Amino acid sequence: MVATESTEGTPVVEFREVSYMPPGARAAIISDLNLIIRRGETLVLLGESGCGKTTTLRLVNRLLVPTAGTVLVEGRATTDWDEIELRRRTGYVIQEAGLFPHFTVARNVGLVPTLAGWPPARVRARVDELLQLVGLEPARFAARYPAELSGGQRQRVGVARALAADPPLLLLDEPFGALDPLTRASLQREFAALRARLGKTCVFVTHDVREALTISTRIALMAAGRVRLLATPDEFMRADEPLARAYLATLQLA
Amino acid sequence: MAFLLCVFACWRELSFAMNLLNFVLHNWRDVLTLMGEHLRLVAEAMACAVVIGLPLGVLLTRRKFWQRPVLGLASIFQTVPSLALFGFLIPLPFGGIGARSAVIALVLYALLPVLRNTVTGIEGVDRNVREAAVAMGMTARQILWQVELPLAASVILAGVRVATVISIGVTTIAAAIGAGGLGTYIFRGLRQNDDTLILAGAIPAALMALAADWLIGRLEGAVGARHGAHTGNAQRARQRRIIFASSALALVALCAFVAWRARPPQQGATQAARVPVVVCSKDFTESVLLAELLAQSLEAQGATVARQFELGGNLCHDALAAGRVDVYPEYTGTAYTAILKHPPITDPRAVYDQVKREYAERFAVVAGPPLGFSNDFAILVRGADARRLQLRTISDAAPHARTWRAGFGQDFMSRADGYPGFARAYDLHFAAPPREMDLSLTYRALAAGEVDIIAGNSTDGLIAALDLTQLEDDRHYFPPYEAVYLARRAALEQTPALPATLQRLAGALSTDEMRRLNYEVDGRQRVAADVVRAWRQSKGL
Repeated sequence: MVATESTEGTPVVEFREVSYMPPGARAAIISDLNLIIRRGETLVLLGESGCGKTTTLRLVNRLLVPTAGTVLVEGRATTDWDEIELRRRTGYVIQEAGLFPHFTVARNVGLVPTLAGWPPARVRARVDELLQLVGLEPARFAARYPAELSGGQRQRVGVARALAADPPLLLLDEPFGALDPLTRASLQREFAALRARLGKTCVFVTHDVREALTISTRIALMAAGRVRLLATPDEFMRADEPLARAYLATLQLA
Repeated sequence: MAFLLCVFACWRELSFAMNLLNFVLHNWRDVLTLMGEHLRLVAEAMACAVVIGLPLGVLLTRRKFWQRPVLGLASIFQTVPSLALFGFLIPLPFGGIGARSAVIALVLYALLPVLRNTVTGIEGVDRNVREAAVAMGMTARQILWQVELPLAASVILAGVRVATVISIGVTTIAAAIGAGGLGTYIFRGLRQNDDTLILAGAIPAALMALAADWLIGRLEGAVGARHGAHTGNAQRARQRRIIFASSALALVALCAFVAWRARPPQQGATQAARVPVVVCSKDFTESVLLAELLAQSLEAQGATVARQFELGGNLCHDALAAGRVDVYPEYTGTAYTAILKHPPITDPRAVYDQVKREYAERFAVVAGPPLGFSNDFAILVRGADARRLQLRTISDAAPHARTWRAGFGQDFMSRADGYPGFARAYDLHFAAPPREMDLSLTYRALAAGEVDIIAGNSTDGLIAALDLTQLEDDRHYFPPYEAVYLARRAALEQTPALPATLQRLAGALSTDEMRRLNYEVDGRQRVAADVVRAWRQSKGL
């Protein structure tokens, strides 16, 4: 294992000896996971379905609670956080966006600020700002319902919603997984640019090695609930780890 | 030829429709009042069902362990026949006869669709959407009100729609426990074999069910369309919202109107609550006539009377035993076999004495003196045959039976004191096994010469009207069904007019007179209260 620890920046998320076993299951999904995610980096959790990468993500905003060990967010165990406060400080984007179908785009994007009690005028201004940021013209899109958008547009709204309350930390679970390759590529580029501009800390789940190499500052390659390799994209390209080689092989084939 | 037949059929249908229209036009106030009562029962029941079912359904999505037992229990309620459920509710402290029991029964029926659709609707919310809601930092309450309930709304409304339509149907049965509504017409029509009356109850009920189905269906569509999923157009979604709001408004206005229409009978009911003597009747003409006779006689004595007429099955007995009513007309044979569960015997005196003794002991109920007639099974033949063959008794007829065809009601064919024992007692052998048909049809079949002998009721008005002859039960096979009033002892002590009136009515009606009174109502479609009033006047009462 190549032990590459980013040393710049303070830890935002830290996994300490974390295991997670779902109730009633016989095998742990995550075993003895140790990982530090520092301010400003984009860590990609890369792996096949069932390797525990989504579970890892869900442990951060306490959608799940570890069965052993501790997950710290900003130095505090998730179990010590007020869960509602923790989630409102943590942006979350999932595949198919998970937009509320009965809310307009504006109401979807403005949800967390509204929940936080912002005055309506400020929410509106923020929604417009965010829609512009993700490349959707507010005048055209604010009043639409999710069903009236294309997949790519929906995903942009999902990103805007996650950014709405300006959270320091973003969690993204295969956000571009269901998009066609062209839309996906352009969204990946825009996301990388946006992330660099906003300086958010991101944890990004994907099974697409090309996506991982494009947008990450570091890649955690996972298999069977453990981190097999932790590397920057450059290091990943040169790694000897067999699983990493296998991923890279698919890249060359394409 | 076919054309002529066609014209004939159309003319028949048309005249039928004209009859109905005529009836409704002449009784529109009545029809509206009954519709009002009907809608009011349904509206009250649905309000309760939603108030109970919605929160309970939400709770079940949170405590999944309880889903199976609770939904199972709600399903069991649906399998209980409505009349049985009403009977069960009468003795309970919160039940009784009238609207309250009806609403409780309706709620029990309506609960399952509301409950099940609430659970299905909420559990049907997209997992991604729910997860996003949690991850956005929404509290459980916010998720319920802002995400789950709005997204489940159309499924929940579908449950409410089904429950409402079921309720409108079941409410027609509620007339059997004196809750009113359109069932009053339907039951009366069934009893009097009057199709116009049946349809005057059934058609408005069906229209109400269709209207409710359509209206709530619109709400469902409007709620679902708010997602814009089907329209692809937010503009149209907003239009739908306007339709939604306006149809909701229309529904509320309709309910308010109906509640307002239904007010007068409601006021009557609250006045009745202060009245001491509650007179009850079963759901057939003779019982109504006898109850009305007692009621008018009591009123002539200055007593105030509350009428709880036309209760189905043995609900009168249940209500009497539970102290919900004070007095009702019964037959000794029915009390002896159906209530006290004794095997039938034929001595009238013994039956009366046994009934009087057991009722006093078991129910604290007093059996009044016999009214003078009994409503037994009557073996009937055409008057012309009786005269030609000089038939007086059933034994006289037995030799002719070999060439005769018999037609009997289902009840007579199956009951303990019915056909099998009857045939044995008189050693009867018919040309063919008896035809089993509806009781009212046997009269027509006999008069038309389709059958030659039937078993009717001895006080039936049609006996005289169709020139039929009742053969004497010379071997005393049939148990006696003497008419008596059954009164609660407490009521007799409370209202002195009641025992006095029961004494005065002892032996007051002969079988012939009872037949005539029955015919006035069933044959001439006159109102029972008018028939009784005229009869009392003719007797100088």
